[in-house]
Amino acid sequence: MSREPRVVQVRQNVLKQNDIVARAMREEFRRSGVFAVSLVSSPGAGKTTLLEKTLAGLQGAWRVAALVGDLATENDAIRLARTGAPVKQIVTGTVCHLDAMMVRRALEDWDLAALDFLFIENVGNLVCPAAYDLGEELRLVLLSVTEGEDKPLKYPPIFHGADLVLITKTDLAEAAGFDREAARKHLEAVAPGIAVLEVSAKTGAGMDEWLEILRARAASARL
Amino acid sequence: MHELSLAIEIVEIAEAEARRHGNGRIQAVHLRLGPLSGVVEEALQAAFPLAAQGTEVEGAELVIEKAPLIVYCPRCRAERELDLQVWLACPVCGAPTPEVRQGRELVVTALELEE
Repeated sequence: MSREPRVVQVRQNVLKQNDIVARAMREEFRRSGVFAVSLVSSPGAGKTTLLEKTLAGLQGAWRVAALVGDLATENDAIRLARTGAPVKQIVTGTVCHLDAMMVRRALEDWDLAALDFLFIENVGNLVCPAAYDLGEELRLVLLSVTEGEDKPLKYPPIFHGADLVLITKTDLAEAAGFDREAARKHLEAVAPGIAVLEVSAKTGAGMDEWLEILRARAASARL
Repeated sequence: MHELSLAIEIVEIAEAEARRHGNGRIQAVHLRLGPLSGVVEEALQAAFPLAAQGTEVEGAELVIEKAPLIVYCPRCRAERELDLQVWLACPVCGAPTPEVRQGRELVVTALELEE
């Protein structure tokens, strides 16, 4: 006869190690005066193009750099490096998200104090990145008009965790039959009060407003 | 599929806690999981035996306890539990409820150890 097992109470957050590293990085970003922004979206929502235009738009006035997570290939990093900004690729292999430890490792040989903005492009995925704090000050989630308005209802945690949602590729909105009202209603349902901005990195529509939001949020974080 | 990474973390926590509590074969690991944790329960269950292979946790059962989604309704000034997890609105008055008080849990809560 088997004996009753002994039950021991434990209270351990599974993501404890990630959260500890993320908090330490957030502190370090603040001390160094760098505003860290992460970008999350499904594959093909336009993170890299948005980032290209964003780096180009801030450069000159600000010191910018980017980390790019991808399962394989360095294509995105090569594209972004053409802007002249320091860019480093984090090839995650089979891992579907960035975690705080990967970001810390990638930043080891960078002087954060020499930067004003650091962008962290996550792996294209609307599920897994939701669980991992990367120490960023602003978490940006992209929703492209070609994806369908119900994405927020299908992936609530990622949209709920966003600080700002950018609706991207608005130049294609009409062709895709994109329903703005439905998209905003669904975003509001999973993330009440979330800030939403519509942009087209291709035509430049909304980009000035986006860059202004970045500058304003960075300025208030530095106070 | 970040559930394998999480399963590995869970196995490591279980091993460390079992050692702290005087060892004994680990029969079960209890996990509390919130609907906003971003974890797919089935995927985690599938990943757990793989992560446990060759460790002291091998053969243990993963018991998942689902945590409720609790929000704060600013209009009712009360905590509310949501059944339908995606729509963050008060089930009583319909006001939007941005403040989530519980529902992101991903916590190892207990171990069952064989004496």
